[in-house]
Amino acid sequence: MELVEAIILAVLAASTPLLIAATGELVAERSGVLNLGVEGMMIVGAACGFAGAWLTGSIFIGALFGIVAGTLMSLVFALMALGLAVNQVATGLALTILGVGLSGLIGAGFVGERITPAVQLVIPGLTNVPLIGRVLFGENGFVYFSIALIVAVWWFLYRTRAGLILRACGDNHASAHALGYPVLRIRTLAVMFGGACAGLAGAYLPLAYTPFFIPGMTAGRGWIALALVVFSSWRPGRLVVGAYLFGAVTILQLHAQGWGVGIPSQFMSALPYLATVIVLVLLSRARTGGSTAPAALGTVFVPDR
Amino acid sequence: MRKSLLALAAGLLLAGSVSAASAADKLKVGFVYLGPIGDLGWTYQHDLGRQALVKELGDKIETTYLENVPEGPDSERAIEQLVRAGNKLIFTTSFGYMDPTLKVAKKYPNVHFEHATGYKRNPNMSTYSAKWYQGRYIQGLIAAKMSKSGVLGYIGSFPIPEVVSGINATILAAQTINPNIKVKIIWANTWFDPGKEADAAKALIDQGADVIMQHTDSPAAMQIASERGKLAFGQDSEMIQFGPKAQLTSIINNWGPYYIERVKAELAGTWKSEDTWGGLDSRMFTMAPYTNMPDDVKKMAEDAQAAITAGKLHPFKCPIVGQDGKPVECKGGAHLDDGQILGMNFYVKGIDDKLPGK
Repeated sequence: MELVEAIILAVLAASTPLLIAATGELVAERSGVLNLGVEGMMIVGAACGFAGAWLTGSIFIGALFGIVAGTLMSLVFALMALGLAVNQVATGLALTILGVGLSGLIGAGFVGERITPAVQLVIPGLTNVPLIGRVLFGENGFVYFSIALIVAVWWFLYRTRAGLILRACGDNHASAHALGYPVLRIRTLAVMFGGACAGLAGAYLPLAYTPFFIPGMTAGRGWIALALVVFSSWRPGRLVVGAYLFGAVTILQLHAQGWGVGIPSQFMSALPYLATVIVLVLLSRARTGGSTAPAALGTVFVPDR
Repeated sequence: MRKSLLALAAGLLLAGSVSAASAADKLKVGFVYLGPIGDLGWTYQHDLGRQALVKELGDKIETTYLENVPEGPDSERAIEQLVRAGNKLIFTTSFGYMDPTLKVAKKYPNVHFEHATGYKRNPNMSTYSAKWYQGRYIQGLIAAKMSKSGVLGYIGSFPIPEVVSGINATILAAQTINPNIKVKIIWANTWFDPGKEADAAKALIDQGADVIMQHTDSPAAMQIASERGKLAFGQDSEMIQFGPKAQLTSIINNWGPYYIERVKAELAGTWKSEDTWGGLDSRMFTMAPYTNMPDDVKKMAEDAQAAITAGKLHPFKCPIVGQDGKPVECKGGAHLDDGQILGMNFYVKGIDDKLPGK
C-alpha cells in the first residue's frame, strides 16, 4: 500500500512540470502560434525561479520570478515572430538556444547553493489517510495549481467568448481579422501566457522537484511538453491524460527495473515515448478524417492595413 | 515535419559556447567538455583540472574550452574547430568522443590529442582514465556496514564496462561484510537528468534500499537520500553540501596533476602516445572525507584505502564467480587483468538482476 502511494506521489511530481508547460503551449498553439522555444523559456524560468527563491527565501516569489522570466522570453519571441513576421519555427529554436545560454549565465552564481523546497500541504486528519491522504491532501502548491490551470484553460477555450475568438485566430486568421478582431494582439497574449506557464514549469524543477540549480536541468522536458500538445490533439482533457500517462510510464519503468523484471532497461527507458506514439496512432485512426491541428498553426499573419 | 524540426533543434543546440583569449607564441591547449562547467560533477572536475593547469603553467600556455558538446559524430566539428584555432594539445573528456577524436587525430598528425576513458589510440592520440572501481570497492564495504535493510540501491547511467565493473566491485566488497547483501539496480539511461535521477533514487528507497549509490552525474540522488533520511555516496565531485547528513564519501576525480604532467611533456617536446589508467596510488581520483559513519567503519574504510593504494588489496582478486555460477578465468594471476576489467560485461554472483543486453 505504501509503495502504491509512493509511486502515485512520484508520478504526480514528475508529470506536473510537463502539464504546466504543455498547458501554456496549448493555448499559444490554439491561437495559431507554434513556439518551439518551450525548453528555452523553461530553463530560464528555472534559473530565475531559483535565483528569486534563493535571494528572498520565498518559494512563492521564486515562482513569480520564473513566471516573469518566461513571459519576458516569450515577448522576445512575439516581437520577432509576430511583430516582424519572422518564421516561427526558426524563432522558436533560436529562443531555446538563447535560453540555454542565458540560464547558464544567470544561474552561474547559484550553482551549488541549496534552498528549502516548496512545502507540502498538511491537513490534520485528511493527509494521514492511507493511500489517498498524501496524494490528495499532501502535495505542494504547484500540483494543485497545475490542475486548476488546465481546468481554467478548458473553461476559457470552450465556455467563453474570448476563448472562441482565440480559437478563431488559430483556425483562420484572415476571417478573424476581417471580423475586426486584433489577431496579432490576441496571439501576443496567448504567446505570453505560454511563456508564463513555461517559466513556472521551469521554476518548479529547482523549487519543488530537485531543490538546486544546475545548468541544463530541464533535460528536454520542454520538448516533451511540445510533443504532449500534439499528443492531446490540442484538447485540454487529453493533455491531462497524456501528461500523467507519460509520468506514470516513466516512474513505473524505474520501479520495474528495481524489481528486476528482466526487460532491457534501454527498452524501458524508451517506453514513455513508445506509449506516446502508440496512443497518437490510435487517436488518429479513431478520428474520421482531417487533422485536428489549428488550421493556421505556424503560419505568418501580416494584417493588411 | 515536427520530428525533423526537433532533430534540427537538437542539432543547433550542439553549437555550445566558446571561451578563448589571445596571445602570440604560447602553447595552445584545448578542452572539449560534455556538460556545462557548472554541472558540479564530471565536467566541473575536468575544468578544475584545467584551472590547476593554468595556475601552474599559465605563463607558458593558453587554454580554450568548449562546453556542452554532445557525444557522437557532431563532436568532430567541435574538435576540428579547436585544431583550426591553433590548439596543439587537445583533451576530449568523454567516452563518446572516441571515434571523432581518432578521426580528427588522423587528419592532423602534428596535433596531439588526449582522450578520456576510451581505448582507441594513435601515434598522436593518448588515452587516460582512472580506476574508479577501487573507490567503488571501498564504498561497497561501507555500504554493507551501514545498511540496516541489507538492500543497496544503485543508479547506473549506461551498461558500459566502466559502470558494470563499478557495480561488481561494490557487491564483491559488500559480500565480504554481509554475504546476503542485495543490490537493486536502476539504469537511468542518461548521464545527466536531475529529475530522472531523483525519481530513480525515490524508486530505490521506496523499494527498501537504504544506501544509495550512483553512477550518474547530478547531486539529485544525494539530495533525495538526504530528504528521506537515508545514506548515499557522491559521484565525481564533493557533494556533501547536498547531503550533510547523508553523504558517506564520494569519489572525487582529480585530473589536474595529469593535465600538468602532459602539458609539461608537450612543452618539453617529449610527449608521446600513452595509455594512462591511474588508481588511488596516482591520485587520479581521491576519496572525500568519510562522514556520517561510526569510527570503526571509518577505520575500516581508511585501512582498505591504504591497502588498495599500496597494492596489497585488489578489488577483483580471484576467485571471482560469475552470475552463472562459473568461476571467471583469472588472466592477471592473483586477480583479473586490466583488460578483463576494462571490458567487463558480466555481473558477479549475488546480483539478482540481469545485465541489459545479455
